[in-house]
Amino acid sequence: MCLGIPGEVVELLDAGRHLAKVDVAGVRRNINVALIDDEGVVPGDWVLIHVGFAMAKIDEAEAQSTLETLRQMGQAYTDEMQAVVGSQIA
Amino acid sequence: MRFVDEYRDPAAARALVSYITELAGDGHYKFMEICGGHTHTIYRHGIEHLLPTSVELVHGPGCPVCVIPMGRIDDAIAVSLQPGIIFTSFGDMMRVPGSQGSLLGARARGADIRIVYSPLDALRIATENPDREVVFFAVGFETTAPSTAATVLRARSDGVMNFSIFSNHVVIGPPLRAILESTDLSLDGFIGPGHVSTVIGQLPYLFVAEQYHKPLVTAGFEPLDILQAIAMLMAQISEGRCSVENQYTRCVTEAGNPRALAMMDEVFELRPTFEWRGLGYIPDSALRPKAEFAPWDAERRFEVPGVRVEDPKACQCGEVLRGALKPWECKVFGTACTPETPIGTCMVSAEGACAAYYNFGRLHREVAVTMGGVS
Repeated sequence: MCLGIPGEVVELLDAGRHLAKVDVAGVRRNINVALIDDEGVVPGDWVLIHVGFAMAKIDEAEAQSTLETLRQMGQAYTDEMQAVVGSQIA
Repeated sequence: MRFVDEYRDPAAARALVSYITELAGDGHYKFMEICGGHTHTIYRHGIEHLLPTSVELVHGPGCPVCVIPMGRIDDAIAVSLQPGIIFTSFGDMMRVPGSQGSLLGARARGADIRIVYSPLDALRIATENPDREVVFFAVGFETTAPSTAATVLRARSDGVMNFSIFSNHVVIGPPLRAILESTDLSLDGFIGPGHVSTVIGQLPYLFVAEQYHKPLVTAGFEPLDILQAIAMLMAQISEGRCSVENQYTRCVTEAGNPRALAMMDEVFELRPTFEWRGLGYIPDSALRPKAEFAPWDAERRFEVPGVRVEDPKACQCGEVLRGALKPWECKVFGTACTPETPIGTCMVSAEGACAAYYNFGRLHREVAVTMGGVS
């Protein structure tokens, strides 16, 4: 829950509801981008995601190295990805 | 340097360790890493055995699962067992023991408890089940509190009245102050948490340097980040300075995330006091919804016993959480208390110091001991 996980924005879905589709390690799910709206989010941006919300924009190199660090965490990473897979934010 | 070869940049790691060793000299320095994610990295990569014996790391209270007192788990279970309730929780909280068992146990006894990834998933469950009351077990530091706030604002704007939160959100500043005030620990500085700081920035830590004259360096989660933060702490000490510095500039800015802070401020207010496992009651250390959000506040809507429960006598999570005890020094570590049958919270969460040490640290320590590298 307190692991931030990087994802790549692939589509903006509903500006009014601040919804975007992201790719997180190959899994595509919806997240909320209201907390970083001021920064202007566009497809191709990488974001750090906590519990279904983008918390910060990050660059791709940072995203990849964070993913690698998370993968090395083993069970904690598996649990987090399992939670992401189960999410259906609308 | 047995462990350094697995680092992304072993040469940089070696250089940092040499620098730290040189600055530490014959002294002894004790730094607290506040965040559970850092504790995990430290054990996973054997950082404490890379460091000279003159530099000691102690673990702090920055694991939100670990700091929840037993009484709040009992309260959550009591709410979940009320008729008509769908209780929603992050998976991390399901196995945390209260005095009468865990949420997993309550689910086995018939409570409708569902694991969610996001508070927005809990809100969706509420809209899909208009004849039920959906309660979200909100936990976490400022990393997750803005998300809960945004979800409550969404519930209000969408008119979802069968959704509420049981708030256990906490803030990171007050427990640091409590640790700085405690007498059983003399620290020389702090490794500041990374992801919390993406939200709050660096300003809330200024009191550590200004009032307590200790350096603090916010760090990222890679092993090199942590070594670099320790090097920055040692540099400050050797130059006779103490200030708040940022190693994790890739993600953390001075001011944090203003939009996230604004949403937290709109929805939440500070509780006068809140109980922390191991640290007792700390004033102004936790968040509850403001009165105008009462319709979405489970504590105002449902019967919450609010009973205070002592930790089990055998459990020493309290000492571990304030850095007074290393995980392996706890009486029940690895015997009565294991990740499969946890007695205390530090063994439940993957970011808890005890679970991290149980899963990774022991192996590094055994290798280090056989190499004569640890006392």
